[in-house]
Amino acid sequence: MSTTVDPNQVAVDEHPVSPFLRMDRIPHIWCPTCGIGTVVKCFATALDETGVDLDKTSIVSGIGCTGRVAGYMKLDAFHTTHGRAIPFATGLKLGRPELLVTVFSGDGDLVGIGGNHFIHAARRNMDLMIILVNNFIYGMTGGQNAPTTPLKARSSTMPFGNFERPFNLPHLAASCGATYVARWTCLHIRRLTKSFKEAIRRKGFRFIEVIAPCSTLYARLNKLGTGFNLMQFYHDNAEIRPDADTRDVDIEFQDNIICGKFVDEERPTFTEMMNEHYQQKLGDKYVPLPPEGGLLHE
Amino acid sequence: MKADPTGVLTGAHYLDGDFACGEGAMAAGCRFTAGYPITPSTEVVERISRRFPMIGGTFIQMEDELASMAAIVGASWTGIKALTVTSGPGFSLMMENIGLAVMMETPCVVVNVQRGGPSTGLPTMVGQADMMQARWGSHGDYELIALSPQSPQEAFDLTIAAFNLAEEYRVPVMFMMDECVGHMTEKVVIPPADEIEIVPRRLTAIPPKEYLPYRVEGKLIPEFARAGDGYRFHTTGLTHDERGYPVMSAECQEVCVRRLVEKIKRNTDRIVRFDEENADGADVVVVTYGITARVARMAIDLARKMNIKVGSIRLIVVWPFPEKRIRELAGKVKAFVVPEINYGQMVLEVERCAAGQAATIHVPHGGGGVHDPNAICEAILEAAK
Repeated sequence: MSTTVDPNQVAVDEHPVSPFLRMDRIPHIWCPTCGIGTVVKCFATALDETGVDLDKTSIVSGIGCTGRVAGYMKLDAFHTTHGRAIPFATGLKLGRPELLVTVFSGDGDLVGIGGNHFIHAARRNMDLMIILVNNFIYGMTGGQNAPTTPLKARSSTMPFGNFERPFNLPHLAASCGATYVARWTCLHIRRLTKSFKEAIRRKGFRFIEVIAPCSTLYARLNKLGTGFNLMQFYHDNAEIRPDADTRDVDIEFQDNIICGKFVDEERPTFTEMMNEHYQQKLGDKYVPLPPEGGLLHE
Repeated sequence: MKADPTGVLTGAHYLDGDFACGEGAMAAGCRFTAGYPITPSTEVVERISRRFPMIGGTFIQMEDELASMAAIVGASWTGIKALTVTSGPGFSLMMENIGLAVMMETPCVVVNVQRGGPSTGLPTMVGQADMMQARWGSHGDYELIALSPQSPQEAFDLTIAAFNLAEEYRVPVMFMMDECVGHMTEKVVIPPADEIEIVPRRLTAIPPKEYLPYRVEGKLIPEFARAGDGYRFHTTGLTHDERGYPVMSAECQEVCVRRLVEKIKRNTDRIVRFDEENADGADVVVVTYGITARVARMAIDLARKMNIKVGSIRLIVVWPFPEKRIRELAGKVKAFVVPEINYGQMVLEVERCAAGQAATIHVPHGGGGVHDPNAICEAILEAAK
């Protein structure tokens, strides 16, 4: 027996995470069965449950489907240029060090066009929380090959299948110096939310990759069925292997997806290194930029 | 208001243009700089990185110029005054996020110490061939402000002016030095802080609940809220409405982009700045900027000795261009002579404004050196005929 949902009732009841969203911008632009919304929900839940000061939390996105996340979060939100979310966020963080700065963007944005910024921010242990939604493809422009497209998978610019090796993102992040590295699929909503909560409380370059279905392009081009079928695939093929060696977490086409928290360590951030270094070298002469930001008048 | 004394190195110094520019930035209240090494501009950030730790500033050397420009736009949204410094090849990379700064209306200053181009060109030698790129280099329609100093003293003074203009109009300001001015060492007098006028970042007094990031209510420049003060605003490089929300329509484009253009255009008279000398009653007016203004001075003196009535206009603010004054003079003079270290850039503006009423003679130089004053003098004599 099916129950009928009264649309008026739905409109009256507030969604538990609506205080974290710009409800005046809903409905969002994402396709039915797209995974990004689920990741947003987990992020909003993590913000809620950690009780961070939302007034001091910023979100920065680049361009693309996931690049639209900043536009829906009720935080200080920056929808920037393609690939440049991380350097923009770097300026934001260094300009006002007390901020919690999160970067929410896609695979093409953060490790395609923005790959150079990604590795250098990780190397510096810049105090940024990076959420990367990996749907294996350029979604917004119509399904072109991404640096994450698995070997043999089809894309609109690799119509006979992809012959380029993709990035192993947890390994890339870890080897460049990220201090927190995790991967989940958007089926793992509890574990993903827990990872977000952990990462919010950590400092340094924190990287969480979330595998998410793109049913409109990736699934269609590869005849993988609907978003439901992809979620079913995650259910059957995601292997949780905590502390796995990141060298072993490559993603092959329609093969196991190894998930878990792979790296969680403390190392001084860029700002901490800078402050300590200058204090050592310059003593009392060193004037660090105050946490609330630099030289404001009036 | 007056400058904060912590950044002001009051006194008489012997500085090159790059160092003087760095001192100007610090005096103006700049406390964040992101840059990538490139000749002949690097001395600016070398100066800043040495002094910032003692005055509460943060310098970061980014991985490239794309990142440097993005970082200063991000930093500026915390209310901090932000600077990046580069030369031609890096300037090309910055165009993307200069457009973002324009669209988000983010105050910041971009220094370009010009060298010969195109491409890698003449890394250690002078050029003035990025003048049009400064105006038109990022895609789409927009207006911005550019200045050009002729000496280390002006590199100091005008860097402060650049920051002030960036704050006043919420635009990225291009500081178009050239290698000669950048590497020329001269006396630079830095006044006491209480004699330096600066425009601070003005934070909105509107409470967060009533605030919309791009509401102007008949004005041309919106109120600024910084990240971390509870405004929870949204800003984007997309065409946006007064809420800062993307709206994909011709109507919204018209409102959004027209104001970006109008806020500079309608204030042109307040922004333009040039040195004029004996232009009224002259037969020939030499229009110059940067190092070429100093070279042209000798040519002007030579021509005067030959009883040519020659005046000059030296552009200090290059963009917006002093269109009104050039139009006025075009009706009175025989010709304009425009020497510049390129094959024809600002001369196009002079020619456009002269609109056929006066001749326009360009004196080109491909870069790698400055003009022979005799070449400029010959052009003046030719123009006076």
